[in-house]
Amino acid sequence: MKYEAVIGLEVHAQMLTDSKIFCGCSTKFGSEPNTQTCPVCIGMPGVLPVLNKKAIEFATKTGLATNCKISSYSRFARKNYFYPDLPKGYQISQYELPICEHGYVEIVVDAEIRRIGITRIHMEEDAGKNIHEGAGNYSFVDLNRAGVPLMEIVSEPDIRTPKEATEYMKKLRAIMRCLGVCDGNMEQGSLRCDANISIRPVGQKEYGTRAEVKNINSFKFVEKALEYEIKRQIKVIEEGGKVIQETRLWDSDKGITESMRGKEEAHDYHYFPEPDLVPITIEQKWIDEIKASLPELPDAKRKRFVSEYGLPEYDADLLTEEKSTAEYFEEAVKLGGNPKIVANWIITNIFKHLKEEDKEITEILFTPKHLVNVLSLVLAGSTSTTMAKTTILDEVLKSGKMPEVIVKEKGLVQISDSSEIEKAVDEVIAKNPKEVERFKAGDEKLLGFFVGQIMKLTKGKANPQIVNEIVKKKLS
Amino acid sequence: MELYRLNIFEARELLDKRKITARELLNAIYQRIESVDGKVKAFLTLSKEQANEMADAAQKQINEGRPLTIQGIPVAIKDNMCTKGIRTTCSSKILENFIPPYESAVTSRLSENGYVLIGKTNLDEFAMGSSTENSGFFTTRNPWDIERIPGGSSGGSAAAVAADECIAALGSDTGGSIRQPAALCGVVGLKPTYGRVSRYGLVAFASSLDQIGPITKNVKDSAILLNIISGKDPFDSTSAPVAVPDFTKVLGNEIKGLKIGIPREYFIKGMDREIEESVKTAIKKLESLGAIPVEISLPHTEYAVATYYVLATSEASSNLARYDGVKYGFRAEGKDLMEMYMNTRAQGFGAEVKRRIMLGTYALSSGYYDAYYKKAQQARTLIKADFEKAFNSVDMIVTPTSPTAAFKSGEKTDDPLQMYLSDIFTISVNLAGIPAISIPCGFTSNNLPIGLQIIGKHFDEESILKAAYAYEQSTDWHKRKPNL
Repeated sequence: MKYEAVIGLEVHAQMLTDSKIFCGCSTKFGSEPNTQTCPVCIGMPGVLPVLNKKAIEFATKTGLATNCKISSYSRFARKNYFYPDLPKGYQISQYELPICEHGYVEIVVDAEIRRIGITRIHMEEDAGKNIHEGAGNYSFVDLNRAGVPLMEIVSEPDIRTPKEATEYMKKLRAIMRCLGVCDGNMEQGSLRCDANISIRPVGQKEYGTRAEVKNINSFKFVEKALEYEIKRQIKVIEEGGKVIQETRLWDSDKGITESMRGKEEAHDYHYFPEPDLVPITIEQKWIDEIKASLPELPDAKRKRFVSEYGLPEYDADLLTEEKSTAEYFEEAVKLGGNPKIVANWIITNIFKHLKEEDKEITEILFTPKHLVNVLSLVLAGSTSTTMAKTTILDEVLKSGKMPEVIVKEKGLVQISDSSEIEKAVDEVIAKNPKEVERFKAGDEKLLGFFVGQIMKLTKGKANPQIVNEIVKKKLS
Repeated sequence: MELYRLNIFEARELLDKRKITARELLNAIYQRIESVDGKVKAFLTLSKEQANEMADAAQKQINEGRPLTIQGIPVAIKDNMCTKGIRTTCSSKILENFIPPYESAVTSRLSENGYVLIGKTNLDEFAMGSSTENSGFFTTRNPWDIERIPGGSSGGSAAAVAADECIAALGSDTGGSIRQPAALCGVVGLKPTYGRVSRYGLVAFASSLDQIGPITKNVKDSAILLNIISGKDPFDSTSAPVAVPDFTKVLGNEIKGLKIGIPREYFIKGMDREIEESVKTAIKKLESLGAIPVEISLPHTEYAVATYYVLATSEASSNLARYDGVKYGFRAEGKDLMEMYMNTRAQGFGAEVKRRIMLGTYALSSGYYDAYYKKAQQARTLIKADFEKAFNSVDMIVTPTSPTAAFKSGEKTDDPLQMYLSDIFTISVNLAGIPAISIPCGFTSNNLPIGLQIIGKHFDEESILKAAYAYEQSTDWHKRKPNL
């Protein structure tokens, strides 16, 4: 039987506010344990939370950017459970009345646009961190993170494949980075994801029993964890078993999900409205102001790139995922670059380098100016494409010099002078009489061999097009 | 002259005229505590060192001729309000050695107005109780009869005021915890409108009901303290941005023509005859001053106690979760985390606190939430609406504060339900979030004080203070002192 997966994601995004959600402590990452705490975020007796207005603004922006309805009236609730990293014994979250509901985002998978529904977005505070290493029989608790504002973005069960899940995560990340509300760094934990997964025979309408997979903390693992879990569930069913509703932890070392054995399942969080905070009322006027201030979002940008620059959907999607990439592209086009060639260059040559060096596009020395310059050299026949994307690109990345300077300094100017090339062609023909005979006898594949030999002789400087023409002419 | 007998207004005058010094006043108070607190047991902690410093600083400012409102006045604080550097226990073993690194909003405001903190008073553990018998340390005695309880939970503060162990005090009131002990100790106790006074630094029992207020020797002193502690606080989101009038200004104004509602449901068959008589006599007195009694109905009164015990315990079950032995306070040993939690809370909390945590946890359980918590919220809305409707036709409402006078120690400790009913006349006010004051209105044949409760509209403390003051000025009940 053929199965399909039904996946819903709960994404936790740390908001990029300067201070915590209910007190004035800093949210900076990586400080000495418990140095960014106060009586409020430590949960001392008698202290009270005061909501950071920035958190409402960020959640509203995210809601608007994901086509959500912003609630004019929402409120916080307490989620009660005991854990050492939860200083009050409850987490202030939103439950019945979240700030955003009923939205969606669009993703591009296999050149097709898919719409993924967003059930809700709510605000909540993060917990601290338990540290078990180096403490002997004890554990330590670091509360620097306690009270850092989070958004929980809950999707509809609209996702069907691990690939879609990854694309959905990437899209949310792109939107939030574009808005400046979350840095989207999964490795540092500022973007986390839990997944609800079930499987069903293709064609069946009812959902299967779902399992929740927690602890997915990198983009790479979103796909791996989901693939594993889908295979596991199919295996359980095909062996005549039943999928149990449970929480499973993704173990990235072992590459498997493991049951938490119902421990977490028994949880009753005793939710009730947070009496220490008044309900949040938002006026339409304020929402309109926020809306007007939003930057162009990745989806709108993608559509514009397709219509304005004639790019394929896939290329436009890749270029608009990061604001900085889109800016790079538009800058190069503005400087006179051909949109399709610029797009191609970024997606192939530049992305490859960024991936290898783990860098941002804004961090490299190869700027739009360099790109346009090298493209114009190629266009003018002053250098070859091969030369451009190898020697010249490498040199710019190292020194930041303009391509035209490099070409001159290194003597990389392309030889387009036919008489010079003719000399080289004659030399190669003279040296390889056997190959000449075979070519003349009809083995046209040997053309490449001759061109290669000539390029070698001219140290790659000969204009390959002219070489081609001359070789053909001389041997015909 | 027995300086400890002074009220705020009298002490202010003597201090400003340099007839006494702040130190003399403070010493008189500490001597009084020395001589009577062995019997009354109102205080958990005395802060002599800080008090001396505060008195000296006050004196300096008085000498410079620019005294603040309560400069040099010795005040006692219920031990559920955090005082920086001074132990704050909530009368609980679990916080026995807790020293807050921060100051509550109310004590900050008192400080800014020159008060002298003399010590922290006893209460029922986490303010849960009506007698101080639930204190984790000891029971406070009623100064009028030390065999009896002073009421609660602010029993320590009320007893300290009644026994002249301080000039004035602060208490907190979740279901009657200021008014009931004030009534039982023969002093004045005011619960302000919810949101009038910041709760920052008040150790939470039930967040949507808790409110801090004064316990004083007379109505005027309550108005003076209310002036200081009222007002919006940026650190308490539930404190209201409502203008604060000078509450002393209305004292002495006529009450002629004021309509006072007498709720049918508060005068029921079988109620204590002496209480009923005293309250009815008091209503006649108000009538003689020009007020117009009007019979009214608050039809959902009978649901108040049940509603309260669902909501207050639900909030408490969550508010008290932070006492887990991890960060501060008492920690018991355990072989693992779960056992440490269980031992800490089993040994750190008293029986009543545990009872309420369990009740609240149950009421919030999924599957029971709708039947208990949600239903109680709906009942709360109805109780609130009762008052709103009543206040369409009357200016204030008059009732007994407590169904009985002070009972004997141990009389109700085995019957929590009987104990809960001590607050039957005060609880509705907290559910509605409105202000109410208790003032002395007579004595039983056993010479035990009886309290009169005057309930006002939202943020209309002025009216109830005005009426209370008019009544007080035409009677002598507040001048009687216990014989210690």
